[in-house]
Amino acid sequence: MRRDPMHPRAREVTMASKFTRSNRIGWLMAGPAAFLIAVFVVLPFIFAVGLSFTNQRLISPNPTQFVGLANYEQLLGLGLLTLEPERDAAGQLARDDAGAPKYPALRGYTRNNPDYPQFAGMREWFSFQQGDSRTYVLARDVVFMKAIVNTFVFVLVVAPVQAGLALVLALLINQRLRGINLFRAIYFMPVVVSIVVVSLLWRFIYDGNSGLLNNLLGALSFGAFPKVDWLGNPSTALGAIIAMSIWQAVGFHMVIWLSGLQTISPTLYEAAAIEGSSRWQVFRYVTWPGLRNTAVLILIVITMQAFALFSQIDVMTGGGPLDSTQTVVFQAVERGYGKQDISGGSTISVILFVIVLSISLLQRWLTREKN
Amino acid sequence: MAMITADNRGLRLAVRYAVLILIAAIFVFPLVFMLMSSFKPDQQLLRDTSSFAAFLPIGDISLENYFDAFKRAPVGLFIFNSVLVTGVTVLLTLLVCSAAAFAFVFIDWRGRELVLTAILATLIVPFETIAIPLLLIASKLPWFGLDGLTFGWLNSYQVQIVPFIADGLTIFLFVQYFKDLPGELIEAARVEGATWGQVYRRVVMPLAGPVLATAAILKFLVMYNQYLWPLMVVQQEGYRPVMVGLQYFFQLNRAWGEIMAYLSLITLPVLAFYLVLQRAFIASIASTGVKG
Repeated sequence: MRRDPMHPRAREVTMASKFTRSNRIGWLMAGPAAFLIAVFVVLPFIFAVGLSFTNQRLISPNPTQFVGLANYEQLLGLGLLTLEPERDAAGQLARDDAGAPKYPALRGYTRNNPDYPQFAGMREWFSFQQGDSRTYVLARDVVFMKAIVNTFVFVLVVAPVQAGLALVLALLINQRLRGINLFRAIYFMPVVVSIVVVSLLWRFIYDGNSGLLNNLLGALSFGAFPKVDWLGNPSTALGAIIAMSIWQAVGFHMVIWLSGLQTISPTLYEAAAIEGSSRWQVFRYVTWPGLRNTAVLILIVITMQAFALFSQIDVMTGGGPLDSTQTVVFQAVERGYGKQDISGGSTISVILFVIVLSISLLQRWLTREKN
Repeated sequence: MAMITADNRGLRLAVRYAVLILIAAIFVFPLVFMLMSSFKPDQQLLRDTSSFAAFLPIGDISLENYFDAFKRAPVGLFIFNSVLVTGVTVLLTLLVCSAAAFAFVFIDWRGRELVLTAILATLIVPFETIAIPLLLIASKLPWFGLDGLTFGWLNSYQVQIVPFIADGLTIFLFVQYFKDLPGELIEAARVEGATWGQVYRRVVMPLAGPVLATAAILKFLVMYNQYLWPLMVVQQEGYRPVMVGLQYFFQLNRAWGEIMAYLSLITLPVLAFYLVLQRAFIASIASTGVKG
């Protein structure tokens, strides 16, 4: 049976008899834990939702006001604007020096334009060409949009790759070999090292000049591989953080896969051996079906952990370069703590919770037992 | 089917070990680099990164970086703070969560199912989503934070301890374990007139060794490696734990050798502890997975 926090089997454990009934002692023993969780988990959660509709700051001389959905609009506000290229008096397309069509400046629409009040204060997120016209996607908070996209990229890469590699390692470690426990211990080692320490060490590995990775690639290619500033380059920074994060946490999930592997009955393997199954057939028809519940658990746990991406960013890049490693939690902290804007940070927290909850419900639904 | 000769069996074994060793190298090289670099002066440290020397204790080897690190920042204080916060939290967690699980499993009281369901439901709330409002609450909490310089509980030990004493995962682990204990033992003790406190202390807790180890190890890892929360609630050096001290240390100077010495100092005791108790560590992670 897999762990399932949403369906506690509380009823099963009842041993109701005259010897076990006691309201006073029950509350006395469970009370402290219930109180602490109420104050430090449930209350902040309710606060997060409530504060997201206000303009609460950490310290402010002014009273807190109700602002409705303004915080959400501030973070999530999007607009679409399609512009026709500029034409000269003869109706010909006006072209810039490079020969590309010219478009009216966006500023004219997003600043003090009474015809387009909905675009006021927005900035260009990205744009695309459609025939002659150009469509601009405007966002009220471009950095937050990038943070959401980066976080999703991180989750979508890390969840399958980390789960897959962890399974490969678990299968390797599940062999009967002398000294296999030593290898298991080594593969698991990065898990007990703080992610902050790991992030600092990997700054050395990714360094643009004397970094270990550049030196290794240089040596393997006899100097043909150019040096890359892995964390300083917007196109490699997020990938570098993804690789390091997988390196650090893969041992954790290897151990969970291993305990799943060990629940599979040896008689199934014996039967497969008698029937002369190939290795792949054994994996496909014996091992994998036996790991089903483990797979669901691992996917949900990795996804929840990946959405919380913060420490690596804070230590390695601070969200840069060019916002290429901004994440949702990093934005929440930057606002809630850095700018002391509790309501803005809480709004991001609520958005994050809604995303995490929907994804784990979706995963549960997709992986439900079909019958 | 090909004949398996002794030779090619030996070869296969060699390939298997080669693969295992190569992967092991990928997992240990940053840690070996950290330790070796901590003994080297900065110039040599940077020069060595271009060769295999980065992983060897060769050249001008000394403990100089360690002494300098202690001179540069109150490293001893940071370590003391982390050990205190981690130790106290782990002990209180074991006490509070085991007592709660005991009540959930063995005692029949009004509200039991509702409270347990609510507690287990908090498992789907990641800490990061409540950190910001929790910061506001911590800044407004009364008691203790009376030095006049700070707000509420900010800059204190209790702000790093109290919010983490009770958690859904630890309670879940204890509940799972207690459910598997023979219920007759508890009833027998009750029939003989033992109070609930006596049953908890003399019957159940002496049997709870494995789950206590699991819960303690998991809580230890979480608490010792705390970063986001102390970053927000501790600005004063006096209460700063090691991971936040590290970031501050890093910004204070770019003496790489000293940074490596500091990293080794805060990491190696944990790694040693892990290597000694590796079975227990791995079993505790495994028990968060398939069980129940």
